[in-house]
Amino acid sequence: MSRKLSTGVSILIILAFVFSMVPAAVAQEAGGGEIIDRVLERGKVVCGGRTDLAGFGMLDEAGNNMGFDIDLCRAVAAAVLGDPTAIEVVPLTAADRGPALQTAEVDLLSRNVTWTSSRDSQWGNFTTIMFYDGQGFMIREDSGITSTDEFDGATVCVTSGTTTEQNLADFFRQNGMEYEAVIFEETPAVYSAYEEGRCDITTSDKSQLASVRSGFAEPDAHIILDITISKEPLTPAVPHGDDTWFDTVKLVMWALINAEELGVTMDNVEEMKGSENINVLRLLGQEGDWGYTDLGLAPEALANAIAAVGNYGEVYDRYMGPEGLAFTLPRGPNNLWTNGGLIYAPPIK
Amino acid sequence: MTSQQATQEVLRPPQPPGLIKWIRDNLFNSWFNSLLTVIFLPIVFFAVVNIIIWAFTVADWRAVTQFPMLYAVGQYPRDEVWRVGIGLSAIVFLLGASWGNWGGLLQSISIAFGIAFAVFAILPVQHDQLDLNMRLYLGGNVILLLLGYLIGRMKAVKGGHIVIGWGIVPFLAVFLLTGRRGSELLPDVATTLWGGLLVTFLLSAGGILLSFPIGVALALGRRSTLPVVKAFSTIFIETIRGVPLITILFMFSIILALFLPAESRIDRLVRALMAVTFFSAAYSAENVRGGLQAVPLGQIEAAKAVGMNGLQTMVFIVLPQAIRAVLPAIVGQFIALFKDTTLVVIVGINDLLGIGRSIINSDPEFVQLQLEVYLFIAIVYWIFSYLMSLASRRLEAALGVSTKL
Repeated sequence: MSRKLSTGVSILIILAFVFSMVPAAVAQEAGGGEIIDRVLERGKVVCGGRTDLAGFGMLDEAGNNMGFDIDLCRAVAAAVLGDPTAIEVVPLTAADRGPALQTAEVDLLSRNVTWTSSRDSQWGNFTTIMFYDGQGFMIREDSGITSTDEFDGATVCVTSGTTTEQNLADFFRQNGMEYEAVIFEETPAVYSAYEEGRCDITTSDKSQLASVRSGFAEPDAHIILDITISKEPLTPAVPHGDDTWFDTVKLVMWALINAEELGVTMDNVEEMKGSENINVLRLLGQEGDWGYTDLGLAPEALANAIAAVGNYGEVYDRYMGPEGLAFTLPRGPNNLWTNGGLIYAPPIK
Repeated sequence: MTSQQATQEVLRPPQPPGLIKWIRDNLFNSWFNSLLTVIFLPIVFFAVVNIIIWAFTVADWRAVTQFPMLYAVGQYPRDEVWRVGIGLSAIVFLLGASWGNWGGLLQSISIAFGIAFAVFAILPVQHDQLDLNMRLYLGGNVILLLLGYLIGRMKAVKGGHIVIGWGIVPFLAVFLLTGRRGSELLPDVATTLWGGLLVTFLLSAGGILLSFPIGVALALGRRSTLPVVKAFSTIFIETIRGVPLITILFMFSIILALFLPAESRIDRLVRALMAVTFFSAAYSAENVRGGLQAVPLGQIEAAKAVGMNGLQTMVFIVLPQAIRAVLPAIVGQFIALFKDTTLVVIVGINDLLGIGRSIINSDPEFVQLQLEVYLFIAIVYWIFSYLMSLASRRLEAALGVSTKL
């Protein structure tokens, strides 16, 4: 009797201990936190990124982080701290990127994240779409297939448990076609199987298909179909609760896009400070106030960001351009709106 | 007649163990075994030949050979890598000293490490990460090992000194690796940059060293007569054993982060280490408890009879016998822990496997080379797991497990 009682008491004590942690969690949400103050105090921008995606977040031989997503982080560090190297990249997996943003463990999530409504409400504030991706299909050129209408009965290689698999199922159901899925856990396994001919089609985000195709023994023997079956707007995000930080990051992204529009590059940013064009002068902090007073930044913060990583097109081309470090992917929807693409940002003024 | 033959047979000197005799005794000693040999020998032969041909002609080891530093220390800044080197050298020196003092198994391990360092130091290949400095460092470690051996053999150096050395090394290593913020000589290095074999070893060694005492405490707690202690130990052990390691990793990596306020956030690597430690502690506890039950009651009674108190009985009589009895199980648990650390990849820590994955995915060409990379990683894990099991067998023999009661 007394033994049972004391067991019960000890369980209660343990439960009380566990639940005593809960108010801490609630308090944290209420307190929010001036992220920008933390960044300045720390002297470093902590970015959620990855080290295992060619083009977006990868490692060089010396172990340095690089990639499209990483450069966006560097641009923010250059603007806020004046030093593009003042970043710390926390490698995040698909599972812990959400919580890492929710708990403000990272100041900026720049990790190939698709902006969706539920993530926006749950995870944090999404800034500006920096890359328009979408799920596509890759087939062998000699397969004789020319359009998705001929997909009925095909074997498809795909990674398990991702939205990719879901989109694939939806696509085939909507079109009243049958398919056989060959499912793998690991991304490289999918493409090995595809290249070995174990399936007719493979599907993933188009940027990834382009990346993988460039590594094949014969890249030209494979074609990526024009059709896009899902919207994947890849967007850097910041934690909820600090509007100044949200605005700062957003403005840096806009600045990169505006810089490309205005022809400001990494190399000519200094001489462009004496430009005739009033919009260039505004962007580079030589004329008017683009908002730096309210955000507490230096007038040349955006100029520093551009000097550090270049304009949007330069960042894109560094990794995915014709001479890209990772692979080559035509700009397509990621062209400026003036060139028939979707990349558009509000003016800096 | 027959008895005479038998005596002759007995009197004959033992035959030298010739190859033909070995084959006859082991492969063709019955018609069934001969049949098995005839069937399987060609299969094994072709498999081995094909693997060797593949490894030396078809396989492309670029993704392995190009990045030795990445596999070794991950993203640890290359300017600060000397700190890892000093930590490794300290361990090598102590290993040498232990070899000199105790000999036995440590001799084999020391020689194995010494040979490995020497081989890499004089490896006749051109590699920009294996430059003169690196070769000198590797060669220096061999000398350090031998120096340690000579010092360890000196009369003045007692076993206690070396044990103290081993006790200091973990703190020295952690202090060196983390550094201090704002320091000129030792700037801080974020743990997010630690990776590769370094993290695999830190997590395994940390997990083993921390989980064992916790496991012993839990095992004693579970046998305690104090209800609160007993209930806590039982609930802890059964909860952790009731869920997979992945769940515990997620729990510590994600749930803990959601619970704790931002100011008291625990480092990601430490969170993973906590998860691995608690997981291993629960299993060690059950192993140790098995050992505790194997100690005869008479031992405790005898200890009490000579006037030992409860603590003394436990520390000097019960635990040594209990742990000795379950040593194989405990080492098996440690080997499992070493391999289980690969799971930290799922919480974004780039251990050896994580670095391998990053390398495969960093260059589209390397996607085709994943087999080579994974094979290399598997071999590394096999070597260290095998060393551990070898060490455990020698230790068992030395302690007389399974031969003495």
